[in-house]
Amino acid sequence: MQVFLLRRSLGFLATLFAVSVIVFLVMNVLPGDPAVTILGIDSTEDARAALRAELGLDRPLWQRYGAWVWDAVRGDFGTSYFFRVPVSELIAERLPLTLPLAAFGMLATVTLGVTLGIIAAAQHGRPGDWAIMLLSQLGIAIPAFWLSILLVLLFAVKLRWLPPGGFPGWDDPVLALRSLILPTAALALVQSAVLARVTRSSALEVMRLDFVRTARATGLAPRRILGRHILPNALVPIVTIVGMQVAGVVTGTIVIENVFYLPGLGRLVFQSIANRDLFTVQALVVLFAAIVVTANFLVDIAYVLIDPRLKGRLA
Amino acid sequence: MIRRAPVNLWIGGALVAMMTAIALLSLVWTPYDHTLLDIPAKFAAPSAEHWLGTDQLGRDVVSLLMAASVNSLTVAFVAVGLGGAIGTLLGLAASAWGGWVEAIVMRLVDLGFAFPALLFAIMLAAAFGPSLSNAILAIAFINIPVFARVARGAANQIWTRDFVLAGQAAGMGRAALTRDHILPNIAAPIIVQATIEFAVAILAEAALSYLGLGAQPPMPSWGRMLSEAQTLMYLAPELAIYPGLCIILAVLGFGLLGDGLRDVTDPRLARTRA
Repeated sequence: MQVFLLRRSLGFLATLFAVSVIVFLVMNVLPGDPAVTILGIDSTEDARAALRAELGLDRPLWQRYGAWVWDAVRGDFGTSYFFRVPVSELIAERLPLTLPLAAFGMLATVTLGVTLGIIAAAQHGRPGDWAIMLLSQLGIAIPAFWLSILLVLLFAVKLRWLPPGGFPGWDDPVLALRSLILPTAALALVQSAVLARVTRSSALEVMRLDFVRTARATGLAPRRILGRHILPNALVPIVTIVGMQVAGVVTGTIVIENVFYLPGLGRLVFQSIANRDLFTVQALVVLFAAIVVTANFLVDIAYVLIDPRLKGRLA
Repeated sequence: MIRRAPVNLWIGGALVAMMTAIALLSLVWTPYDHTLLDIPAKFAAPSAEHWLGTDQLGRDVVSLLMAASVNSLTVAFVAVGLGGAIGTLLGLAASAWGGWVEAIVMRLVDLGFAFPALLFAIMLAAAFGPSLSNAILAIAFINIPVFARVARGAANQIWTRDFVLAGQAAGMGRAALTRDHILPNIAAPIIVQATIEFAVAILAEAALSYLGLGAQPPMPSWGRMLSEAQTLMYLAPELAIYPGLCIILAVLGFGLLGDGLRDVTDPRLARTRA
């Protein structure tokens, strides 16, 4: 078990390292001169040289990479060229929006997806199953940003129940939560479609096994069979998908924040692209990729906790 | 082995055929020139002349939708083709040579999964400016690990078959065996995967274009039409409906076709999925 944890942790760190190298290379080497990217092609050579010196771009590549990683590990992502404040400050300002949005989105996804999947499995072959499968087929095909637009059309433009976008800040928690309802719904409705399908097929697979038949034969209540016998055994594929969906929800927030004009990290990315704020984009991309890699790592660990059989094999 | 084609194959096939036909038709004919501006006729209601009305610049919506379908299908075709070819080659190489080749390929595959298409597109847009070719590259990139994994898994099974062992015994090299015997035998799962990834690519292109990282004006694109329509939601809500419906139909079509093809080519999977 310890060996397994150690090996996985080393792999996790290696992946993080590789991710940082790739992002650094794509953003710093492929485009040629970052000073040109930031200042534009009509800038003067003097201005470029000054900027290079200011940003430390005149140092060799490996030194720049080393300094960047060393600073980033200590929470210093450099200074935003456009906003003229530390990037870490920009991130800290926007996390109170993006973090709750992602958390609500994930919570709603898991609740909705697993519940619908189990209902469909329990109703296997009956109208409830068909309806849920049809809905989830649609959910997989619908773009999250279009669903957002439809939700705004219905609940903001037509019914006027909820705000069409924007975020008032957490000073008034009720207003703040109200403005997060539609974004959360848009995230979760799309993501839960896949989860519902996987939950259903995984539960159906387990339902066919002998111990479930035995449990039924002994007269256990169907609800108890589902909760105590089927669900725990159907969990491994579900956790895999949930782990992948952390990535989906996190990148989903980038899209959704732009649809609903929410001032979070996702909007910051796009502002920074428009502002040619290279180092802010670089920090944010690494941050998002690191979240995805960490989610995958945690799923790997979770397998062992869910499935005790793996523990014996890995010992 | 004769089985009745499953219903998703028919529906998916019909949708894909329809989309392809419309896209091809739009190359030679659309009701109007989709770039034709007719400001006095802006926001026209659906009529005999303009079946779905006109947009904020008086352009014919049907013509725009048709022209945009070409963009959508082309992007999906190029991106999946490019990523699929590279990924399949990597997967085949990993399976044929094993050892350190396999170790490196599978590490790269794991790494590839750390970058969702959106993040990759954001990086490219920041470094080179947003463009459709960057969007295509980003979508192609995320297809590489997917196909590498599928190709390796399928190829590993074929390598254990008797006819491959016979080929090895007869002195065929790994590259020749891969070309003559492995590749033809993994075509089915690769084609199935490609069909499903087509659906994913259409969704990704729409999202990237919506965000301004894909098709640039004046190139028609369903995603970009939606981002323009969003600013006009109080004036002309129906403009925000049609492009979304097109995306759904295209994605559903390729998704169902892929599922159907998988059910036909791999009946074992079909039974466990039923």
